[in-house]
Amino acid sequence: MTAEMNAGSQDPVYVTDALIAEDIDAYLLKHQHKTMLRFITCGSVDDGKSTLIGRLLYDTKMIFEDQLASLEHDSKAVGTQGGDIDFALLVDGLAAEREQGITIDVAYRFFATDKRKFIVADTPGHEQYTRNMVTGASTADLAVILIDARQGVLTQTRRHSYLVQLLGIRNVVLAINKMDLVGYSQERFYEIVKDYSHFAQQIGMESFLPIPISGLKGDNIAARSAGMPWYQGPTLLQHLEEAPVNDARMQDYAFRMPVQWVNRPNLDFRGFAGQIGTGTVRPGDAIRVLPSGKTTTVKQIVAYGGNLDQAVAGQSVTLTFADEIDCSRGDVIVQADEPCEVADQFEATLVWMDEHAMLPGRPYLLKIGTQTVTATVTEPKYEVNVNTLEHLASKTLGLNAIGVVNISTDRAIPFESYGVNPDLGGFILIDRMTNATVAAGMIHFALRRSQNIHWQAVDVNREAHAALKNQKAAVVWFTGLSGSGKSTIANLVEKKLHALGKHTFLLDGDNVRHGLNRDLGFTDADRVENIRRVGEVAKLMTDAGLIVLTAFISPFRSERRMVRDLMAQGEFLEVFVDTPLDVAEARDVKGLYKKARAGQLKNFTGIDSPYEAPELADVTVNTVELSAEEAAERIVEAILAR
Amino acid sequence: MTTRTSATAGSGQGTLSPDSFSRSTLTHLQRLEAESIHIMREVVANAENPVMLYSVGKDSACMLHLAKKAFYPAPPPFPLLHVDTTWKFKAMYDLRDKAAKDAGMELLVHHNPEAMEKGINPFDHGSLHTDMWKTEGLKQALTKYNFDVAFGGARRDEEKSRAKERVFSFRTANHRWDPKNQRPELWKLYNTRKAKGESIRVFPISNWTELDIWQYIHLEGIEIVPLYFSAPRPTVERNGLLIMVDDERFPLQPGETPVMRSIRFRTLGCYPLTGAVESEAQTLPEVIQEMLLTTTSERQGRAIDHDQSASMEKKKQEGYF
Repeated sequence: MTAEMNAGSQDPVYVTDALIAEDIDAYLLKHQHKTMLRFITCGSVDDGKSTLIGRLLYDTKMIFEDQLASLEHDSKAVGTQGGDIDFALLVDGLAAEREQGITIDVAYRFFATDKRKFIVADTPGHEQYTRNMVTGASTADLAVILIDARQGVLTQTRRHSYLVQLLGIRNVVLAINKMDLVGYSQERFYEIVKDYSHFAQQIGMESFLPIPISGLKGDNIAARSAGMPWYQGPTLLQHLEEAPVNDARMQDYAFRMPVQWVNRPNLDFRGFAGQIGTGTVRPGDAIRVLPSGKTTTVKQIVAYGGNLDQAVAGQSVTLTFADEIDCSRGDVIVQADEPCEVADQFEATLVWMDEHAMLPGRPYLLKIGTQTVTATVTEPKYEVNVNTLEHLASKTLGLNAIGVVNISTDRAIPFESYGVNPDLGGFILIDRMTNATVAAGMIHFALRRSQNIHWQAVDVNREAHAALKNQKAAVVWFTGLSGSGKSTIANLVEKKLHALGKHTFLLDGDNVRHGLNRDLGFTDADRVENIRRVGEVAKLMTDAGLIVLTAFISPFRSERRMVRDLMAQGEFLEVFVDTPLDVAEARDVKGLYKKARAGQLKNFTGIDSPYEAPELADVTVNTVELSAEEAAERIVEAILAR
Repeated sequence: MTTRTSATAGSGQGTLSPDSFSRSTLTHLQRLEAESIHIMREVVANAENPVMLYSVGKDSACMLHLAKKAFYPAPPPFPLLHVDTTWKFKAMYDLRDKAAKDAGMELLVHHNPEAMEKGINPFDHGSLHTDMWKTEGLKQALTKYNFDVAFGGARRDEEKSRAKERVFSFRTANHRWDPKNQRPELWKLYNTRKAKGESIRVFPISNWTELDIWQYIHLEGIEIVPLYFSAPRPTVERNGLLIMVDDERFPLQPGETPVMRSIRFRTLGCYPLTGAVESEAQTLPEVIQEMLLTTTSERQGRAIDHDQSASMEKKKQEGYF
């Protein structure tokens, strides 16, 4: 019987391996090399999730005769398919929900093919259960987002997609279900795909695979659909068998293992047990224990039945060290030359999971890796409306709310950004009184570097970046009074460099204050911080090989000095745009001098705040003697002459 | 055990060992093993007084083996607890004592004194037998020894309502399970905190299926009760189930004589309540082969589930594992 002949029928179509009957030893050997994929199904209440899962179980022969008999009986009694088999009944579990006809929790289902074992997190489509979906998605390699072909992209579809994206699931299947009810229409399918693409782009989803299916009829689940010859892509099951799993990706990253438990059966043995989060480890590898930063090498990878030569991400192992160094539960063992960051203040996204709303300032327990610390949370910077993705102002987060907050912990903890390594970037918050798990969190970045800063060594370094662009990176720092012509000249310089094929970027004082530095004012302290930030950004850009032009008044010598010191030798060019105060004030392009004289602008450079002219600028252009064009020409020469 | 398991023990060693890892994806059994070990270590790192419930079946055998691996070279740092009904198969008692000894672990056996005194048995007392020996017995033992965490070998694929059971399942001071009030489990961050008097049931093999268990037993050469393999055994037929006459306590009906049949068990419990299947499968591969080609589910051989579809859930709320 071929698969095509079965399409749309209700016979199981997945053909069991003939080896089972013929040569069971060969079969077992083959099946020892199966991989495992965890995925989540999400959709709205009536999108047919339970039917789809029931269909997958049925088509892969996970349903036994006795279960089928009970299913047929139940289908007649409480089924919604007019006496036909109601696959949804196979997976709806708790008595209460069976009576209500809804799924109220996360359920895990299992099925297997000859290539893979699958664990499905079945999560509800109900509005109030964001928390369950986030829970199910946290362990998934892949997400199947269901859409009812008659309904198209709904508010719930958007919410589920946003959550899938938030939890970092990179492999997304858009299963457009109930194609049988729209006459297997190709037009309808593409219409929905187009709608969804638009939305996927908005939320930064890099790719998704649309598959037209019918869970009820079995189209494009295990067997190709006879009703949709126009669809040439893989069936759902084919794709599930071939999609990449996360642990392979995690193996390529630097070694990290949170220590779970110290194994000390006697005075002669001290082993550190844990599950490797990322990377690989071998005896002799140099490692570092964080947060202490102490280093040693791995002596053995101890295992029942014989020590190992190598262990990889995902495995639970026990390591011994060459030296006796302090290491206990909660510490993270990392590759010595590529450690992770350690910090005590973070920006993070929180998904609130408790009926009692978040209380800013209240201490919660934060569990990350194998470590539990005390943490306080600030008022949300904003809450995300999961339906519209709008940012809303909010003082707290209620059940199922998602928001961005700052978190500070009572001690420094090793961590990584969730997007890079979920194993050290995902955390939960626990209420200290009720012990309930009240939130799931994902770290974005540290707000303040603590004393243990370790630079990441990168292979593609600054020289490589610049070489590719065929130029020497530089920061060309324009300083001068307001209205001296810094921006005008810098702009001309950039145009000329650009015409010469140079890769440049212009950082303008006013523009930066609209974004990066919008929280800063014009007090001396804020001016210092303004320049420090711009300096750091400029430095990153020179690391990327760019010629950076900056146009800031930057009135203080010490800050210009600070920026110069940040840069590599010979990569900082200070350009003094020398315009006397009276000339600048007479030009008054933005009308600012007038306001400052009238006392409407405080701390205005040259009026009531000092300007310290450079003592030894690399280039000085006097705008009274030179035109802007001439000044720009002179500066370009200086840049290229280096 | 007989030559059967020693043969598989030889072939099993090392398949999860270093050579099978390079820069390749872990196999499903490697991932499952790593997850179970992680869960067990989280418990030991946080619990005050943990225990492993040990029922001598294949799932328990698997769980015990995982515990040995998790804490090696130390023995698992907790005792085994068998909540006994006095009605298990003789072969189960033999393996129970041997397995505990081999693992270097203390074995605690609890009998409900009240059930003992009243002579509760599966022939005369129906469901009261399970209620008193197992459900009540378990609560008594946990209270008596003051265990705060108990490992159990339940799997999510066993029964529909178990699909929603958490890995860490919280019980009130009265050992009741509240399906509405369980904690979300994100990533592998288990929240192990509990209030005074509360206890946790932890299911480290939640994500294993019956086939996974069998494959792992095969690969790792884990010793299991010989009753899982076919042999000629004395049986009678009761209510459509083939029941083995394991000892002289079995009350034969007038004129009834046990018939020797080639049988084995897919699941083990109290012998008068456990249905056998007729089979010729004498080795592990043959057992797995039979299981893969079979058309009925595992629990069908257990009398306890036949009342109603949701019976297991009710039992669980009352404290049955």
